[in-house]
Amino acid sequence: MSLIQKTAAELGALIAAREVSAVEVAQAHLDRIAEVDGRVNAFLHVDAESTLAQARQVDERLAGGENPGPLAGVPIAHKDVFTTADMPTTAGSKILEGWRPPYDATVTGRLRAAGLVILGKTNLDEFAMGSSTENSAYGPTHNPWDLSRIPGGSSGGSSAAVSAYEAPLSTGTDTGGSIRQPAAVTGIVGMKPTYGGSSRYGLIAFASSLDTPGPFARTVLDAALLHEAFSGHDPLDSTSIDAPVPPVVEAARQADVAGMRIGVVKEFGGEGYQPGVLARFHEAVDLLESLGAKVVEVSCPAFSYALPAYYLIAPSECSSNLARFDAMRYGLRVGDDGTRSAEEVMALTRAAGFGPEVKRRIMLGTYALSSGYYDAYYGQAQKVRTLIMRDFEAAFQQVDALVSPTTPTTAFPIGERADDPMAMYLADLCTIPTNLAGNAAISVPCGLADEDGLPVGLQVMAPVLADDRCYRVGAAVEKAFESRWGGPLLSRAPAL
Amino acid sequence: MSAITRDEVAHLARLSRLALADDELDHFAAQLDQIVGAVARVSEVAAGDIPPSSHALPLTNVFRPDAVRPSLTPEGALSGAPAVEDDRFRVPRILGEEE
Repeated sequence: MSLIQKTAAELGALIAAREVSAVEVAQAHLDRIAEVDGRVNAFLHVDAESTLAQARQVDERLAGGENPGPLAGVPIAHKDVFTTADMPTTAGSKILEGWRPPYDATVTGRLRAAGLVILGKTNLDEFAMGSSTENSAYGPTHNPWDLSRIPGGSSGGSSAAVSAYEAPLSTGTDTGGSIRQPAAVTGIVGMKPTYGGSSRYGLIAFASSLDTPGPFARTVLDAALLHEAFSGHDPLDSTSIDAPVPPVVEAARQADVAGMRIGVVKEFGGEGYQPGVLARFHEAVDLLESLGAKVVEVSCPAFSYALPAYYLIAPSECSSNLARFDAMRYGLRVGDDGTRSAEEVMALTRAAGFGPEVKRRIMLGTYALSSGYYDAYYGQAQKVRTLIMRDFEAAFQQVDALVSPTTPTTAFPIGERADDPMAMYLADLCTIPTNLAGNAAISVPCGLADEDGLPVGLQVMAPVLADDRCYRVGAAVEKAFESRWGGPLLSRAPAL
Repeated sequence: MSAITRDEVAHLARLSRLALADDELDHFAAQLDQIVGAVARVSEVAAGDIPPSSHALPLTNVFRPDAVRPSLTPEGALSGAPAVEDDRFRVPRILGEEE
């Protein structure tokens, strides 16, 4: 098996045992990127020299007797929405083209401290707004399973990089499903930790009450190792939770659901869901039952209103957060010819620098927050948010974890929903409630849909700070499915 | 119900500091009208006595000691600026000519 096909845990062990060097592992992944990324377009920025220098440093640290942790020397693809002092950070937007931040995000710093080798920055929907990565100003990313289809979004570069074996691990951010949905449609694992469990410091803000950094990997254990490496309290983020990281790695190794109570959310499934997605989901539920879980149906009536509530709350927060792009302190400036006022330059710059989806959301948020509409839209959406939190609370009194399909459909063709915002928004139907309530959820592969042979994801939702349950259930499902399939789902993807 | 007219989009664009072209106004008016129509479903929920939630988790203010600590240098802070003059951000005029 070649180095690029190994898991992060395997690579970390080989590097720690000095059986292979971090430089060799980095080079193998750089070669893979050179070979396939012209077709996949997962990366916005790759710097081979810097990657190899980081890898050499890790090899030296290990030679010096240092032990940075189980992922030391393992390469990672980093979503281009986290600031990196040594690489450009664009958030997929023209307004930040070529920008070099003066500081590292906390997540970036923790990756470095853990000895992870950053291969480069991955493509995303502009400012993480979207479900397909088509909203990137730098062109869409292609799904390695079928290059004519979307890799999900907003973290589509990160999901494509891992599923195309360009990196064993990547980072993402999940505001309405931007980790779980891309993981589901590319056949890999993606985890949205509890809100506040991973730091937002240096993460370019979209919707501050929802944005959550999390890991992508090809196995549940790898995702847990990465989760543990970059999570935990950060005094630089005022909403960071001051509590230990849940025992996610232990749970991923435990992989046992015997005696667990698992709830199937009644409101998810039915009209608008692809039959092949529902078939694989029901198989996964049967599998959980056969592994000793007690499965019951649970009703969460407010979940039906999660999508409209989210598309009021997230744009409202975005309209406020993106006011910082004012053409004065950093980023693009257009039309400053000496005659125009600051305000005119600001409006020209924002019109030239933001893409259509970002403009739509800024205006939608401005509308929802404007006097006369505030109570009916933003205020009402915040009440729905309370009801969704109460639904979760009631559900978790009956069950330990909830399951649903991660997405209503498999990966759709690039271009199909590009100019139909409402159709695009439906991709987040099942993932949004978790963002509004702040709890944890993972997506793990559960097979291929019969209609199109494309991957389907199983979502496992757990209470706030019970992230370990996601890994426990996810790992049990992974183990049982892989023994049934005779290997990981991704091994059935066509060769690139 | 047509909630969002072209004029309303022009107003929102002004508030949002977006200098939109005429064809963009038409395009966005149709799309925003459709989106607002869909998200207005939140009004179906009887939530009169339900308290609003701005965050999922209870928030308390976080303080740090009022002590000097390392921060960005002026050079670092200005490193991404579109225009710089004398260690400051150089910006277009903020006041009118006669003010």
